[in-house]
Amino acid sequence: MAAITLKTNSTSTPATAEQESAVPLIETKGLELFYGTSKALKGIDITIKEKLVTAFIGPSGCGKSTFLRCFNRMNDLIDSVRITGECRIGGEDIYAKDIDVIELRKRVGMVFQKSNPFPKSIYENIAYALRLHGTKEKAKLDEVVEKSLRGAALWDEVKDRLHSSALGLSGGQQQRLCIARTIAIRPEIILMDEPASALDPIATAKVEELILELKKDFTIVIVTHNMQQATRISDYTAFFYIGELVEYDLTTKIFTNPANKRTEDYVTGRFG
Amino acid sequence: MSTNSATPTGRRFVRTTTDYASGIWSGVTLLATALILVILVIIVGNVAINGFGNLSWRFVSTIPEKDFFDVKSAAVLPMIIGTTIRVLVMTVFVIPIGVITAVYLTEYARSGSVYSRVIRAAINNLAGVPSIVFGLFGVGFFINFFGKNIDVLSGASSPEFGKPTVLWASLTLAVMTLPVVIVATEEALKAIAPGLREASLAMGATKLQTIIKIVVPNALPGILTGAILAISRAAGEVAPILFTGAAYFMADLPTHLSDQFMDLGYHVFVLSTQSPDIEKTRPILYATVLVLLLLTFSLNAFAIIARARMRRAMRAGH
Repeated sequence: MAAITLKTNSTSTPATAEQESAVPLIETKGLELFYGTSKALKGIDITIKEKLVTAFIGPSGCGKSTFLRCFNRMNDLIDSVRITGECRIGGEDIYAKDIDVIELRKRVGMVFQKSNPFPKSIYENIAYALRLHGTKEKAKLDEVVEKSLRGAALWDEVKDRLHSSALGLSGGQQQRLCIARTIAIRPEIILMDEPASALDPIATAKVEELILELKKDFTIVIVTHNMQQATRISDYTAFFYIGELVEYDLTTKIFTNPANKRTEDYVTGRFG
Repeated sequence: MSTNSATPTGRRFVRTTTDYASGIWSGVTLLATALILVILVIIVGNVAINGFGNLSWRFVSTIPEKDFFDVKSAAVLPMIIGTTIRVLVMTVFVIPIGVITAVYLTEYARSGSVYSRVIRAAINNLAGVPSIVFGLFGVGFFINFFGKNIDVLSGASSPEFGKPTVLWASLTLAVMTLPVVIVATEEALKAIAPGLREASLAMGATKLQTIIKIVVPNALPGILTGAILAISRAAGEVAPILFTGAAYFMADLPTHLSDQFMDLGYHVFVLSTQSPDIEKTRPILYATVLVLLLLTFSLNAFAIIARARMRRAMRAGH
């Protein structure tokens, strides 16, 4: 087992050069979301920067997962959901009438809390979306499957059984397969909804290590209940509480010197 | 309290009462279950013992003469073929229509919408309609409406579809078994983890692609269960085909969907009600019923094997 690369965040340092120079990619203004008549997100303004890891934290039911699902419009699947306000990715309003949700989801991938590989072979799990989006040649598929599995640090473990069922993998491997499947279609952004919450500490460490690696190529937004995880992997952290964005800042700042009392109480474990 | 205090030996959990109620109840449940088994054994055993002796290769491989009440010349080949064809044709129609309906109800209809509630009520009511009513419906709708109009449009000189046919009998059975297929498919679709649909959609698959490539393939074993139930129900049904396709006697085997056919179930009915001498006909009757049971079992076995293979293939990841 390789040691986990920990970010230096023990002191409340100012932003690193990479954090400083990162360009805004996702922006919301006054974003509100309703389930029927109840307001689940109460006017959220946020700017998420490119090729950094941004963590969403907060107690259960605070709206962080719901907010995450606004970025790839997964909330569209729920009939009663209504969204107002602005949500832009790369400057483009993703809720505009002429937006193709399919194209959006190709650019904004998602990894779910519960690993959800298809009951197909490992190879087919990755080839599925590639085929849907028009890749037909076997050689090209083989190449992308290998590259994606390597990218998800899974290649060495599964290279000899690519054509056996993905359901035979361990929980951690399944989750990394889901990550491989997501990066196979080369999105710009990867949304992760508590990707390690069902994994044991060793599998979690591998996924975290992977996230830090993926950051070089992708913008990652991750919902987590695990504070240590947020400190280990994220550059920025947003704290949500009952549908509001309470505080959003550099992760080092949020965890060492938060501006808001509620944030402090939450990250120090006094409530939540 | 005395019950809480230790007995002279220091034991506190010694049983002092006997739970008769539980014993009796478990006996009752066992008896009720045994009853089913006994009934099945009596039916199958009786048919097997009395029918097996009269079964012969000639009996199942010959087209009988007009007088099929004679033990020497009685045979059931046309009935085996007729029943098999009508069950297969029915399956070809009922599976796609049932599956598409179930896909609409689970994947598209807003749950609780007026329209989907109406459809569900219709399905439940359809399941409760007596089979003879389906038979009459088949005459009115398929033969008199569709069939006669097809004949008019095609300019046929003699009725081609405006009469009982294999096609109309099969379609009538398909209408009858539709609820079974819809309900079984719906259950299978609901049992698919929502995560699979989300995963597919999140990768930029359309809803249609998700349904065709992920949802329906994963529901296939459940869909086949629906097919098995439909086949079981339809194979032995007589009432729906009585007026829509079954023939009392045909000298030739059916060759077109517009032909009539002889049917095992209907033949059992004919043998037991039309025979000039029921005592003499009884051996034929037993043998025919045995063939009907065996045919139903084999049609079922066929679907069950297909389902088992499919499950294995899915587990292996293909």
